[in-house]
Amino acid sequence: MTKQNARDTSSEMTCQELVELVTEYLDDTLAPSERVRFDAHLSTCPGCTAYIEQMRTTIRVLGKLSEESVSETARRELLATFRTWKADVAKRDG
Amino acid sequence: MNLTSAASPTDELELVLALRAGDEDAFTDLVNRYQAQMVKIALAYVPSHAIAEEVVQEAWLGVLNGIGRFEQRSQLKTWIMRIVMNRAKRRGAQEARTIPISAIRDEGADRGPSVEPDRFRGQSDQWPGHWLVAPEGWSGIPEDRLLSKETLAHVGKALEALPESQREVITLRDVLGYSSAEVCNVLAISETNQRVLLHRARSRVRAAVQRYLQQ
Repeated sequence: MTKQNARDTSSEMTCQELVELVTEYLDDTLAPSERVRFDAHLSTCPGCTAYIEQMRTTIRVLGKLSEESVSETARRELLATFRTWKADVAKRDG
Repeated sequence: MNLTSAASPTDELELVLALRAGDEDAFTDLVNRYQAQMVKIALAYVPSHAIAEEVVQEAWLGVLNGIGRFEQRSQLKTWIMRIVMNRAKRRGAQEARTIPISAIRDEGADRGPSVEPDRFRGQSDQWPGHWLVAPEGWSGIPEDRLLSKETLAHVGKALEALPESQREVITLRDVLGYSSAEVCNVLAISETNQRVLLHRARSRVRAAVQRYLQQ
């Protein structure tokens, strides 16, 4: 954390510094003074603007990995597991 | 992103009670809500989809056997995901003894900068710390290429190459769309730790996507 404490809060932000803060920026958890420096840099830097767009796209692509439906085999097996469990419970309690 | 899975407290209580009573519809409802998420979570710890499905199958039995003791101190979803996680971790550790999966993972990825230092200008430059060659936007890349099976397979590989602690966070946050508070809760880690791990993971995956798109 010493590195974070040593951040120079008065001078202009560099691109190298900005790329380390992108997640905090996207989560909106940057300290207000840092947010000001971040926005100031971004407004004049097409490279960093592109970098953030790449990051947003990466996140969007990651979200597509979850679009998978439950396989019918898995569903059948789970239902069988459930019925066995229910029968066992009934036996034990009955 | 999957944001439809949060159940309201009353809804949850009804499900728990129905499940305890052996209601098959309640079980099917839970499977529909959580099965796909559970497989993704298991995949953060075990080396194949087939093993992940096995782990999830076991986890469901754990859910059924434990539902009588489930106390509503935590959310049902959080409780279920922790069961999956614990089983997947145990299974992952067993598998690692036979397949040296950790050997192929990039252990250096848990440290180091988000972007290679040689992409920035040096201290002697007029603009130290600025891009040597500015990144290009990806907006010109057609959507069907960006979201193609091939791209997704590369992203999946990039996830596999991450250290486990980063992979679990990015799987929950970006693959499954959990909020940062939910991730901290499920993994029992601090907000700061969660963000550091997520940032490293995203930076690595971004670099992998770039290598793939620009090859």
